[in-house]
Amino acid sequence: MFFQMLSNALVSGLLMGGVYASVAIGLTLIFGVMNIINFAHGSFMMLGMYVAYWLFTGLGLNPYISLVPSFLILFFLGAVIHKFIIIHSSDAQNILLITLGIALFLENFAAFLWTPDYRSIEIPTLAKSLFIGYLAISIPRLIAFIFAILLTIGLYIFLKTTTTGKSIRAISDNIEGARSVGINIKKISLISFAIGAGCVGAAGAVITPFYSISPSVGLVFVIIAFVVVVLGGMGNFWGTFLGGLIVGLGESLGATYLPGSLQQFFIYFVFILILLFRPQGILGGKRA
Amino acid sequence: MRKLSLYRYSYVLMGVALLLLSILPAFMGSYYIHILILILVYAYLGSSWNVLGGYCGQFSFGHATFFGLGAYTSTILFMRFGISPWIGMVLGGILSMFVGIFIGFICFRYGLKGPFFALATLAFAEMFRVAALNIPLTGKAMGILITLKGTSFPAFQFQEKIYYYYIILAFNVFIVLVTHLIENRKLGDYLEAIKEDEDAAEALGIDTLRYKIIAISISSFLTALGGTFYAQYLFYIDPDICFGVHNSIEIFMRPILGGLGTVYGAFLGSLILGPLSELTRGLLGGYSGMHLMLFGVVLVVVIIFLPRGVVGLLKKI
Repeated sequence: MFFQMLSNALVSGLLMGGVYASVAIGLTLIFGVMNIINFAHGSFMMLGMYVAYWLFTGLGLNPYISLVPSFLILFFLGAVIHKFIIIHSSDAQNILLITLGIALFLENFAAFLWTPDYRSIEIPTLAKSLFIGYLAISIPRLIAFIFAILLTIGLYIFLKTTTTGKSIRAISDNIEGARSVGINIKKISLISFAIGAGCVGAAGAVITPFYSISPSVGLVFVIIAFVVVVLGGMGNFWGTFLGGLIVGLGESLGATYLPGSLQQFFIYFVFILILLFRPQGILGGKRA
Repeated sequence: MRKLSLYRYSYVLMGVALLLLSILPAFMGSYYIHILILILVYAYLGSSWNVLGGYCGQFSFGHATFFGLGAYTSTILFMRFGISPWIGMVLGGILSMFVGIFIGFICFRYGLKGPFFALATLAFAEMFRVAALNIPLTGKAMGILITLKGTSFPAFQFQEKIYYYYIILAFNVFIVLVTHLIENRKLGDYLEAIKEDEDAAEALGIDTLRYKIIAISISSFLTALGGTFYAQYLFYIDPDICFGVHNSIEIFMRPILGGLGTVYGAFLGSLILGPLSELTRGLLGGYSGMHLMLFGVVLVVVIIFLPRGVVGLLKKI
């Protein structure tokens, strides 16, 4: 019984950790290039979830197909926000406030348009679990986990092989050096901001089969995403993935063994400890 | 010819404003007095935040922590032990100050700056929120309802809104005096130096850690007093109202709009945002967070176009 509970907690924590990693990866990309923290990140995910929801209720589209339009819409929105708003400021603290303003607007605009109620997508064929011995593995969560791995690998390949990806890495390493070799900083910043927004939009679509959709979901995820990114080392890809797994595992074990909602307490506690004692993250990253 | 500056007459203006504010309620119904009280509550809270965020440049996204500590301390002491909220208010302020010093010490000592300090304070507020949701002493998610005892000064309860109005007006006069005092002492110069360039301040021999901790301790103490007032005025507190992210946002919106690091910035900001949020709530109705949509727009516009806030604008006139 003890092992069954423990192993189920471990598996569901691991799977949820993958989700957290896929949400946080866009945040770490944006941080790596521009040294800014995008508070609207969770709101972008919330919008991605609504895109999937409306495509499902309107056209009956499977959320795993909707992740493409989710990505595209959020990519476009991210580009617009960067071009018309973010570009006006260069100070990290001001950009945190600006993106907070954007988050407040998006969250409450969504509540205004679609009410603050919780919605969910019911797909009977997906709402199943795989059983391996006494382990129950939820299929949509497993798919989300695989998506997270593919997203991380995909972004990694993009950064390593394409010209744009190489420019992103160059700016991330040394912005003055990148400028002096003729990389268009503005353009690359815009692209990475848009990719970050698009990725989290797609991640939002992927989790709709098992996660309730509401305007306030953005705030929950943006805080978790910060924890994950800080844990993994700001701007470090694989660190972010690892950070996601750790947060997912910690939360799931906390939910199993701690009363009430105290597992959240654990997350913030870890966040503060990491900020204090290892601000460069587990695997190291860009020092802010 | 000297440039005419409206702002130079701020003393006179404030005297007139205070006089107006003192006689204004005589001509108002209780709904408008309620709105005025809320404007003054957030003017006060914003001014408290301003000591740390505006003068010292350390943006806190978690002032709800101190607000909540003040509100919960006085309320728990009053409801469970019958201790007067006036005493509870001071005790809550002291507790909040210690928590503030603790947060400040661990954050500043490890060099958390700008957005990282902001996020760490946000994490602290969330920790308190989750704790309040899970501890029986704080009434968990149900919150605490303060029982009515009729008009009684020791119980900090009044049936007429007008009493609350004058109390919070007095709070505002008090914080304007405190802020003036800080501005005109060396402390104000040190805080400003830290805000402008911390490394340079350190090089000049200013003990930056010490002064940042002084700033957060003043700010957290004052914020907690506002929390107690809020609890006594509305007779109800719960973890989201007190420690929620939205409360922190409500608190720092005022000084950011009004003018960071200015004596009257938070007051001016509140004077604009208070009626504006009432109006949006009235016009768009339905959903209670509607004014936050507007706050989002205001925040973006102010940060980009009005970095010195309304006070900065007035100084130019």
